[in-house]
Amino acid sequence: MKKAILLAAVVLTGALSASAQTLGNLRIMAPASPGGGWDQTSRAIQQVLQDNKITGAVQVFNVPGAGGTIGLAQLLNSKGDGNLLMTMGLVMVGAIQTNRSKATLDRVTPIARLTGEYEVLVVPAESKYRTMADLVAAWKQNPGLPIAGGSAGGTDHILVGLLADAGGIDPTKINYVPFSGGGETLAAVLGNQVAAGVAGYGEFEAQIKAGKLRALGISSKKRVKGIDAPTFVEGGLNVELANWRGIVAPPGISAQEKQALVAALDRMHASKEWKDTLAKRNWEDLYQSGSKFDVFLKVEQSRINKVLKNIGLVK
Amino acid sequence: METLTALLGGFETALTPQNLLFALIGAVLGTAVGVLPGIGPALTVALLLPVTLKMPPVSAFIMFAGIYYGAMFGGSTTSILLKTPGESASIVTAMEGNQMARRGRGAAALATAAIGSFLAGTIGTLALTFAAPAMVTFALKFGPAEYFALTVLAFTAVSALLGSSPLRGLVSLFFGLGLGLVGTDLQTGQARFDLGRPELLDGIDVVTVVVGLFAVGETLYVASKLRGVQDAVMTFRGRVGMTRADWARSWKPWLRGTLLGFPFGALPAGGAEMPTFLSYLLEKRLSRHKDEFGKGAIEGVAGPEAANNAAAAGVLVPLLSLGLPTSATAAILLAAFQQYGLQPGPLLFQSNPALVWGLIASLYVGNVMLLVLNLPLAKVWVRLLEIPRPLLYGGILVFATLGVYSLNSSVFDLVLLYLIGLAGFAMRRFDIPVAPAIVGMILGPIAEQQFRRALAISQGEYSVFLTRPLSAVILVLVALVLVGPPVARWWAARRAARAGEPSRT
Repeated sequence: MKKAILLAAVVLTGALSASAQTLGNLRIMAPASPGGGWDQTSRAIQQVLQDNKITGAVQVFNVPGAGGTIGLAQLLNSKGDGNLLMTMGLVMVGAIQTNRSKATLDRVTPIARLTGEYEVLVVPAESKYRTMADLVAAWKQNPGLPIAGGSAGGTDHILVGLLADAGGIDPTKINYVPFSGGGETLAAVLGNQVAAGVAGYGEFEAQIKAGKLRALGISSKKRVKGIDAPTFVEGGLNVELANWRGIVAPPGISAQEKQALVAALDRMHASKEWKDTLAKRNWEDLYQSGSKFDVFLKVEQSRINKVLKNIGLVK
Repeated sequence: METLTALLGGFETALTPQNLLFALIGAVLGTAVGVLPGIGPALTVALLLPVTLKMPPVSAFIMFAGIYYGAMFGGSTTSILLKTPGESASIVTAMEGNQMARRGRGAAALATAAIGSFLAGTIGTLALTFAAPAMVTFALKFGPAEYFALTVLAFTAVSALLGSSPLRGLVSLFFGLGLGLVGTDLQTGQARFDLGRPELLDGIDVVTVVVGLFAVGETLYVASKLRGVQDAVMTFRGRVGMTRADWARSWKPWLRGTLLGFPFGALPAGGAEMPTFLSYLLEKRLSRHKDEFGKGAIEGVAGPEAANNAAAAGVLVPLLSLGLPTSATAAILLAAFQQYGLQPGPLLFQSNPALVWGLIASLYVGNVMLLVLNLPLAKVWVRLLEIPRPLLYGGILVFATLGVYSLNSSVFDLVLLYLIGLAGFAMRRFDIPVAPAIVGMILGPIAEQQFRRALAISQGEYSVFLTRPLSAVILVLVALVLVGPPVARWWAARRAARAGEPSRT
């Protein structure tokens, strides 16, 4: 008897929530440690989804390690779970390839691309390089010009590889000096230890605004409002790269389940709270959902694979 | 003058009842996470981030600052009493302080650690207040070549940690160097010694190794010796606090430790461990009680404890003035700033002076609070040892396991923890010191990365280590540390021989 009531209750609430077009409770996996970019993104999503009652309660949990591939492996094991999401992004695409990870993005269910940050290339304020063209000219003369950035095979390295390729410099000859994170890169550039440095705009923003660093180029398509930097395209290098972050679901969920998740994120993206979050955190809005994101993910994977091969990190 | 006015404004912010309360909460929480092995301030602040989102930024940062300093205070407690440090900056304390505790001087060790931490924290905060811009200019002169030279200098400190048998000490050192190699090589992105396990790609967390070698290893060793022996509760003889002699022997190491620790903290890749090793070496060299080192010399606790707290204050210099995180906790604090849409850096002092100066003022307040909290607590903590040992060490094992699991929520880490714990047990069993392993694990990867980075930047010129002035100066210092004592001994022996006396060294 008890069982029957419980069953009826479950069926009833299920029917109710379906009619109200809302999802039940969700879990979002941040495949990184608390405090990092994916964690912050997950918690921002959690807040907006909950506050706007787009879904039920949302729980965020962390599965850090190996550029997110450990979390990815766990997601692939949760086949068919329509209430689970995972944040991911460009870094994961690169990590899968450089780590030769067995878990790949081929089987996940793409939901949406959310935000991103553009990369900038900076030199110290007193550097003799005034423009990207100056730097490329010197770089051609001496491909061993040390350029600092984050870990080998990461977004910064990928950008330097793309820039070299576009500038006619052999990407296998470049002298990319990896530092552990944007902070150390910043110190190396400020201390004049290297010719130039690459990182996400946010890492350099304060120093650029204070006039201690000069941004020679930004990896966006068009100039970004509020950022005083020409695009690489303006500088004659046909390079665009966004350190994007998105969200995916496990493999094997039904078309309806996917549709419900996409609809929920569409609603989140349209909300005022989400726009406020983007503004406050300085995240670029790169929203793309459904089939558009499916296509993007495929194209991006093969593009990154090509760059990593060019710079000799992937065979 | 301008700075003083700003600082006074900061105190106005920090001394409101609400912010005082947050400072107290932070200090208590920080002390607690410092005491528990494995759970560090970085994780605590990270877990609190979402909770504090709705709080005013100043209050949140005041609480975080309390946690940050508090963890440094608390970290010494378990190290001294139980030889189970929760983080790598207190392993020296675990060796020397625990020896003191074993000889019934636990309370004095705790007191010298607490007062040293207070003094170092306060002087460090003063330096942060008045010397931050100059420090930053100096710190930026350090490139990879200089960092490499610094690690070489720190390696010389290993000589002071090797213990009675150099061979055993070196075995331990190389074990640590080997552990440090595991994971993705930063310079090339290639995996090394990962055994095909993706969990090992990020390397082995130094916290896992510290907790494994010390806490788990110690527990197993104590358990193995307890069999068949009636459990004797450790008793504490003698005076609880510090004697006049203790004060006389502590104040100079406190100051020297502070002077070493603060600049290391301010260096973009300095860290809190190197100055503790160097401080220990320095105190051993300078002490008139050299024979006591390794058996519980108070200088060996006072110096390193001051050094790690001063380093903690130093870390805030590049964080606040450049937006440059130099430790795990600093990275989380940076994320916290960004959560409020704030960007630390040169402009933060102008755009948000109330926040920055409120935070700095709260560091002074927090330090006083921690001293008031910790000095009386020293007597309470010492009573921990009156808990029957099976229960006490059982508890340590539980907390160590929880702490390491909380790092990555990974069962793999637990297996690793216990494997390393077994190694720690074996090392104790065969009288191999564990501290050199930690030193190797921390310094090895830094030395390697900075060496290769320096060569990449110089495009293969090995001379870079000698042509850069700062690097050359540090390497000359290394030579003096290594060559100095043998030469001095030889000189003394020669003079003794000339005087017609038998030479003894």
